Amino acid sequence: MDNNITSGHAGACCTRIENLGVRIGNTNILENVDLHLHCGQLVALIGPNGAGKTTLLRAMLGELPHSGRLHFLPVRKVGGETSPRIGYVPQKIEMDLLAPITVCDLFASAVSRRPIWLGCRRKSLKGSLEMLAVVGADELLEKKLGQLSGGQLQRVLLALALTPVPEILLLDEPVAGVDQAGIEMFYTMVSQFRRAFDLAILLISHDLPAIARFADRMVFLNRRILADGTPAEVLSNPRVIQTFGYDFSAAAGPHAAAPVHHGGAS
Amino acid sequence: MNAWHALIGQLPFEWAQYAFMHNALLAMILVSPLFALLGCMVINNQMAFFSEAIGHAALTGIAVGVVAGIANPLWSMIPVAVLLAFAITLLRHHSAASADTIIGLVMAFAVALGVVLLSRGGGFAKYSSYLIGDILTITPGEIAGAAILLAVIAGIWLIFFNRIALTFLNRPLARSRGINVWLVESLFAAAVALVVTVSIPWIGLLVINSLLILPAAAARNMARNTAQYHAIAVVVSLLSGILGLIGSYYWNTASGATVVLVAMGFFVLSLAGRIVR
Repeated sequence: MDNNITSGHAGACCTRIENLGVRIGNTNILENVDLHLHCGQLVALIGPNGAGKTTLLRAMLGELPHSGRLHFLPVRKVGGETSPRIGYVPQKIEMDLLAPITVCDLFASAVSRRPIWLGCRRKSLKGSLEMLAVVGADELLEKKLGQLSGGQLQRVLLALALTPVPEILLLDEPVAGVDQAGIEMFYTMVSQFRRAFDLAILLISHDLPAIARFADRMVFLNRRILADGTPAEVLSNPRVIQTFGYDFSAAAGPHAAAPVHHGGAS
Repeated sequence: MNAWHALIGQLPFEWAQYAFMHNALLAMILVSPLFALLGCMVINNQMAFFSEAIGHAALTGIAVGVVAGIANPLWSMIPVAVLLAFAITLLRHHSAASADTIIGLVMAFAVALGVVLLSRGGGFAKYSSYLIGDILTITPGEIAGAAILLAVIAGIWLIFFNRIALTFLNRPLARSRGINVWLVESLFAAAVALVVTVSIPWIGLLVINSLLILPAAAARNMARNTAQYHAIAVVVSLLSGILGLIGSYYWNTASGATVVLVAMGFFVLSLAGRIVR
């Protein structure tokens, strides 16, 4: 992956979330959420536990009913409805890692109709396994998901989310339970992909100092969006400092001070 | 059917002389793979308590049939079970209470309602055969029904399995790949309700859930991938069904419960194997 692969249509591709709200029972989990996501931009979504970060991702996937509008550009017809391809990397703890499911089974269940209880055929998946090599996980094909380290599992899930390459990539705490070297490697990979594939990325993270160095933009959510800007701006916001008990803005580094733009080499 | 009787009649065992044993054996060979296939997914989705509740809901199903004057209680048991399965599936996602609380509530309600309706006038005893089950009285018509059920479930498993597996592994991940997770969950809940309910008169509602859980649990201890998981579960289930049925003939015990004890034996062996390894 190299940095001179740049995005062709900066700004033309954009996902607009307008006045989105999610209500479960009598509780408003999210309200008045307005957010624009641009291709080639990595947006970090931060906020305290229970702020509705995961709920926002699930609403975008159409898994939860919501009010307001989701508007995707460019418009593409998928089975009569206009929707973008969305890649999703789930939270590790949300997965049943004791099940005897191998990496091969996982890919086959997602990209093939041939039932995996009849066996996972590597041959019939050939083209679909390319991303595994890109993330350096092609050796793991026969391993059970539960046998992978935190970092390996996240790279496998990232490869799956990028097969086929989506327009939007959503990641729910992808580095929870990953060691520091693994976090660096994962974020480096994700930020390279956003340029190479012109992806609009929304990434939930609790690891503020690390993500601050990689994100183009940061959004602080607590039921509604309370701050939206460069990592340095958002992390020096008094409400953010109060919530996390520390001013991480120094960690944002020189990258964060640069204006948000698309397609340029960092 | 005649060929089957001729084939089994050749075996040099005492039990192989009786037509009712031939029927029971064929029925067992048809339903045990079903339990294995469903059980694997029940365990993956942590639905063991769900299927237990569906089994107990049979009491309400029988009672509804008696009150409505339906001759074959199966025709009231199936809709009641499927309805309760949908209700639990819906409540799981739309309630603040945890899944096991919801299922516990529904199960308690279904059992209580069934017992109240069936015990009116002190006549509960005549329904107690449903608690223990009796596969020895199975008719050729019922065996045909079991064969059709196996074909239907195998068809669903061929067409929908990958979608079911991905939905149970992670619901939003399945959603991101365009899977209709509601349809998949409802389809699976209905399949479990159907298989459990249809088998209750043969296996007995007290032990039916163990037959669903044990082969898959034993397979989980040994399997290295999804294909092995299902293959081992089917083999364990078939062996338990056949050995349990023959054992029950010699020990003069209830077949369903005997099958469960054999399956339990396989589970303990698999657990020992896992610990030794």
